[in-house]
Amino acid sequence: MFLTLFGLILAIAVVCFYVGRNRAVAVSGANFSALHSLPSYHGWWLILMAAGPAFAVLVLWSIISPYVLRPLMLSQFAPQLAEFSAAQLDGFWRDIQAIAGGGTPGVRDAFREEAATAYQSVNRMSLTGMIALMLLLGAGGFYFAWNAIAVHFRARHKVEAAINVFLAASATVAILTTVGIVMSLLFESLRFFSMVNPIDFLFGTTWTPQQMAFRPDQVGGTAAFGFIPLLTGTLLITFIAMMVAAPLGILAAIYLSDYASPQVRAVGKPILELLAGIPTVVYGFFAALTVAPFIRNSGQAMGLDVSSESALAAGVVMGIMIVPFVSSLSDDVINAVPQSLRDGSAGLGATKSETIRRVVLPAALPGIVSALVLAVSRAMGETMIVVMAAGMAANLTINPLEAVTTITVQIGTLLTGDQEFDSPKTLAAFGLGLSLFVITLSLNLVALRVVNKYREQYD
Amino acid sequence: MNSLPTFETTAATSAVPTAALRPKITGRNVNVYYGEKHAIKDVNVDIPERSVMAFIGPSGCGKSTFLRCINRMNDTISVCRVTGDIRIDEKDIYDRSLDVVQLRARVGMVFQKPNPFPKSIYENVAYGPRIHGLVKSKAELDEIVETALKKASLWNEAKDRLNESGTGLSGGQQQRLCIARAIAVSPEVILMDEPCSALDPIATAKIEELIDELKQNFTIVIVTHSMQQAARVSQRTAFFHLGILVEEGTTDQIFTNPVDTRTRDYITGRFG
Ligand SMILES: Nc1ncnc2c1ncn2[C@@H]1O[C@H](COP(=O)(O)OP(=O)(O)OP(=O)(O)O)[C@@H](O)[C@H]1O
Ligand SMILES: [Mg+2]
Repeated sequence: MFLTLFGLILAIAVVCFYVGRNRAVAVSGANFSALHSLPSYHGWWLILMAAGPAFAVLVLWSIISPYVLRPLMLSQFAPQLAEFSAAQLDGFWRDIQAIAGGGTPGVRDAFREEAATAYQSVNRMSLTGMIALMLLLGAGGFYFAWNAIAVHFRARHKVEAAINVFLAASATVAILTTVGIVMSLLFESLRFFSMVNPIDFLFGTTWTPQQMAFRPDQVGGTAAFGFIPLLTGTLLITFIAMMVAAPLGILAAIYLSDYASPQVRAVGKPILELLAGIPTVVYGFFAALTVAPFIRNSGQAMGLDVSSESALAAGVVMGIMIVPFVSSLSDDVINAVPQSLRDGSAGLGATKSETIRRVVLPAALPGIVSALVLAVSRAMGETMIVVMAAGMAANLTINPLEAVTTITVQIGTLLTGDQEFDSPKTLAAFGLGLSLFVITLSLNLVALRVVNKYREQYD
Repeated sequence: MNSLPTFETTAATSAVPTAALRPKITGRNVNVYYGEKHAIKDVNVDIPERSVMAFIGPSGCGKSTFLRCINRMNDTISVCRVTGDIRIDEKDIYDRSLDVVQLRARVGMVFQKPNPFPKSIYENVAYGPRIHGLVKSKAELDEIVETALKKASLWNEAKDRLNESGTGLSGGQQQRLCIARAIAVSPEVILMDEPCSALDPIATAKIEELIDELKQNFTIVIVTHSMQQAARVSQRTAFFHLGILVEEGTTDQIFTNPVDTRTRDYITGRFG
């Protein structure tokens, strides 16, 4: 229904455009230069006024109507639904929608058929109301806009204002979505922290949520939600990854931007960026099947005790994976440092590497730091490589040769499978998500401050 | 023949016959190619010591290109090829055994657009002495910085803000900072490529005054599009056209009595 109406509005809009344009041409008496705005602006103006409100009604109505219809229906059948749980009510609502829409419901019985018929008639009423409103607003808008078209009418500015509104609306959607996600993270975490003491979570050193009883009738062990082992695991792997990615990435960027010939650069840069296109699972089995055994074997050769899954293997491979994040961005910012600064330095008798160390890198520092921060966030958020190469054991250790696990891996394991969404075990995922969010956010803020303090601004 | 505009030259103050001045820089049969493009054609020139020589000529005639040969900045352009013979103090600067980095310490350069490093004023001037290891102590460095800023007549304006960023200065101050930066490594020659083209008349006047003082210690080569400027600051002038050095002589002679019609046309504003 939505799509049909949307298509209809689109068709009307196209017609409006030509009508508006022709009207503008007509009022100008075919003397275009007399018009304040080009004829096409008048076409857009007519679209905005005729199709715009109709479209807004369509979107708003489609979003709002379920929230109105559902309570209406449920209250209509309140006596029969008295004993339904929240999940059952959801099912019931889905079923009657499916029956009314001709789909396959989960359960079909006389009661649901009856409810569906009722729903159908209410829905039809609502739809008729909506279409009537759309027609009314559209016709009104068209009438108003059509009359407004005149030689001196400033359609151009009206269109400009509409574009402004449209852009602002797009930005608002993006911002609201972010706010919404953060809010939901926050509220679910609050639920979690009402079940598990935040102190135990933040400072506990054992992480055994899987021992929690699955269902009330099961006997469980003692679940512990201490997040410290996950934090150290995450930081350890991220640290190892950055030890690989930061030097490799920055040095590669310097080479590509200042030393490589144009031909080498033209080939090298895309190849390096290709690294970013390899799926992380591929890195994962590369880590698990090649790097981890290699580390274990060489460790044993040196008489070290290395577990088959190790933080080192995951960290090193993850480091390789994020090299392009560092190199590509750094390369861009290093390139953006004006040639005139390099010339100035060379003109004073500095060698290339002196110029880079003393002039180019300091000037490019803010960009390089943000590249590094991006890479750190990326490393912290990475799951697959860790699952495959570092294991799932929540060991509290800073020994890179042992198996560790990370925050994201645990979020993944907590939420996979058949879960109830009101036990601490699943809600812990939100607690972890929030912690990760806070960590990356503070990292960003700290980096921003550092950069602002030490930046060497060129213009 | 059209009548020549009158230019005020400093010829009177430098009445020494140029032959008496030892040439600091000599160019013989210099050719420069950018790939296929022949940008400088068989240029021969002598640049006398402790004086100012101006290069003038229409846009694209190769003034900057020739200037950049003198401190081998053209080496940084991969397609650029230089042939011929350029000597400073009779030593071939394109000789294999010559250290380019040291050459550039002896031949400083000031660019068209002021390009101070995004560092403090102090660090800008200290940059050269630091990389060449010219100083042993902080006190010595302070002294060099102060002297250089004084010679560039920037000391009074900058002495209270040595730790502020060089990019925060005005355009004219920035250009004087760049001159101070070049002076700080005690070069023998200073090359200036249109040093005033981004500046207002007052800042320009200051720089010109400065150039006039600097010629007591340095050999200066300046590229300029302003005929008045060439007349005001230089003792000798060379006119380039399409990669050829058309005419060279005392500034006085070039501006009052040019031999070549192309020179005459250019300084009377016929083309360029
Ligand atoms: N990097 C380069 N690559 C190729 N050709 C160049 C390059 N630099 C300069 N040229 C060419 O060499 C010729 C001389 O250029 P140059 O910059 O020396 O002129 P100019 O006399 O300094 O001009 P202007 O007064 O505009 O600065 C021009 O034709 C220019 O197109
Ligand atoms: Mg030039």
